[in-house]
Amino acid sequence: MNTAQTRQHTMMLNMGPSHPAMHGIIRLVLELDGERVVNSDVEIGYLHRAFEKSSEQSGYLQVIPYTDRLNYVSPLINNMGYSMAVERLFGIKPTERCEYIRVIMSELSRVSDHLTCIGASAMELGAFTAFLYMIKARELLYQGIEMVTGARLTISYIRPGGVKADLPAEFEPHIRNAIKETRKILKECDKLLTRNRIFVDRLKGIGIISKEDALAYGITGPFLRSTGIDYDVRKNCPYSVYNRFDFDIPVGTTGDNYDRYLCRMEEMEQSLQIVEQALSSIPGGNLMVDTEGREIPAAMMVDLAKMGETEGLIQLEVDLDPTLQGGTRKYFDAVEAPEKRAVLPAKEDTYGNIEGLMQHFKLVMLGHGITPPAGEVYQAVEGGNGELGFFVVSDGSGRPYRVRVRPPCFPIMAALPLMINGGFLADIIPTFGSVNMIGGELDR
Amino acid sequence: MKTQSQPQQESFFTSQLNDMIGWARKYSLFQYPFVTACCGMEYMSTACSHYDIDRFGAGLPRFSPRQSDVLMVVGTISHKLAPVLKQIYDQMCDPKWVVAFGVCTCTGGFYDNYATVMGIDTIIPVDVYIPGCPPRPENVLDGLIKLQEKIQCQRQEI
Amino acid sequence: MILEKIKEKFLDDVLETYEFRGDLVAVIRKEIICDLMEFLKTNPALDFNILMDLTAVDYLWQERIPRFDIVYHLYSLAKNHRLRVKASVDEKDPTIESLTGIWPIADWFEREVWDMFGIKFEGHPHLKRILMYQGFEGHPLRKDYPVTKRQPLIGPVN
Repeated sequence: MNTAQTRQHTMMLNMGPSHPAMHGIIRLVLELDGERVVNSDVEIGYLHRAFEKSSEQSGYLQVIPYTDRLNYVSPLINNMGYSMAVERLFGIKPTERCEYIRVIMSELSRVSDHLTCIGASAMELGAFTAFLYMIKARELLYQGIEMVTGARLTISYIRPGGVKADLPAEFEPHIRNAIKETRKILKECDKLLTRNRIFVDRLKGIGIISKEDALAYGITGPFLRSTGIDYDVRKNCPYSVYNRFDFDIPVGTTGDNYDRYLCRMEEMEQSLQIVEQALSSIPGGNLMVDTEGREIPAAMMVDLAKMGETEGLIQLEVDLDPTLQGGTRKYFDAVEAPEKRAVLPAKEDTYGNIEGLMQHFKLVMLGHGITPPAGEVYQAVEGGNGELGFFVVSDGSGRPYRVRVRPPCFPIMAALPLMINGGFLADIIPTFGSVNMIGGELDR
Repeated sequence: MKTQSQPQQESFFTSQLNDMIGWARKYSLFQYPFVTACCGMEYMSTACSHYDIDRFGAGLPRFSPRQSDVLMVVGTISHKLAPVLKQIYDQMCDPKWVVAFGVCTCTGGFYDNYATVMGIDTIIPVDVYIPGCPPRPENVLDGLIKLQEKIQCQRQEI
Repeated sequence: MILEKIKEKFLDDVLETYEFRGDLVAVIRKEIICDLMEFLKTNPALDFNILMDLTAVDYLWQERIPRFDIVYHLYSLAKNHRLRVKASVDEKDPTIESLTGIWPIADWFEREVWDMFGIKFEGHPHLKRILMYQGFEGHPLRKDYPVTKRQPLIGPVN
């Protein structure tokens, strides 16, 4: 056989949409010359769920569950970005305690995001043990998150104006223990992976992107930092209370897969440090503000039912107010008052008395929910993969006129051909793993 | 399946062939995880050491539809993806079962819009529905046990 | 400072500048978009080197003419400031110049805007659908596209 002749033709290969090493659904159309990738095209959109269209159909509060499912590995950061955008439309600031809780929860989310990313990409390279260890650490963090929010994954915990409920008493000891365990697991994984010959050979010098290309493609997050640019929204445009914590932004030098892996490993440690600092310095006080920025007393926010403790709420006797004009507690004024609260009433009030039910109903139904003034804001937060931006346009009605998400994965996927062209077919797997593509966020 | 053992003699074992095959099949499920979205995170949790789906004989994901028995559809199916799902289902060999994992695959969930399929049962037949957005790992294991019961009881094609 | 510089340079082509909740906004005529972006990117005092986002808004329900706004979000890494640029595009002539020559990421963002809003970008190398599939009719994020109007590839129109 004459090899010179067979070499003349390249082969087309479809990778995906459902491929074992693709965590997410995406199709790569590859032109191969033997094992080498000559040319490639990325096809996305397989998880397009019309987030932006659905948001236009629902009220401001109803958008929050949709935001959970954008980046489903770190839903709390999405909640936070959207809530901050709506708060800026109103021009209000949440309370101190609420800001600290938000920081704690989003840093825990970031850790679980990076754990999943590194674990899954290590598994694809054959390091199954590291994956099992990392999921074990994630499970511990999920338990902490569940303790606070009542859900493991799709949480809707951070709302415009505040957070859903306060931290339970047992949260701090649990999470301190979880941090200790996570550190132990990270150390083990570090020993397993960082100097492992096979792992290093698969990552080092693969999937390189230059600083200039990364900026031209608008790439942010660990991906940009691995090229040596220390852009992090938490440091560059500090939001919430991030400027009060002492943490470093790890940067790489070459912009290859190995640098991205090291950046993510170090970022987890930094996030854990932020959580510890926040836990030590968290102030007391109220959790919520209304849409005019007035604080809502914490006693109004006792919300056992949302935590799953519904005992005693079913068949709850209704206290009839002697004046027959509604409850005597002053926050029921909101039922008829022009003031619109940004947060739903406690579930025990919703189930327990008519004023609470009416208030809940009115807030949720169109025209009685929160109505920010007309205008538009762009709010960026640091998501697991980079800058997560929410562009919310309000026309002064109860529904957002337009909600646009700037997905951090999107630019990285657009730049993927730069990184895989010219490399080997098998090198696509570690490169794609280091992108940490999240379908919900990429395709919305 | 009935088992009888008599202490004096060698123990023996009577069963019908149908039950026997069902018993064999239900504890050796090779699954094809068709992971698309959020539910994939809970699928990972279920498959890993904490909840350990391996205890129920379904620990081995096969990433080729031709080698697998159970198609686990994990996450929202959009209209763009529907033909792919159908093709993968068609590629699987009999006997095969389908698990709809998560509310998006059961009914479409709250994504009632132009892009998503309102339940995968409009495209392929479904054996077990696991609701939840996403379902908790315990819920998934319950769904798996229900599937095993179904496999045990059905008429086994050979 | 940023807005003054733009007004100084482009005079009457800048229709409006304002600040809302700390976001700087410049509304411009669509003809100058490429010149403006080139200026913003290369001027050392402004140095907007990242195109963070590119999207569109459909103002049909507000019965505004022109109907669409193309919204650009820029960020400067060195100066650490942000700017939003808006250019209006009418329904009768939904075209605007492409920025693919200035920022390569504009390629995908513009494909998405074409897919979702049906706005053509002149000079774009391969303007085709990115999120929806070939054969999908209409542009789903336009306000006159019904949210539940499905165009399935297989299966019933449920």
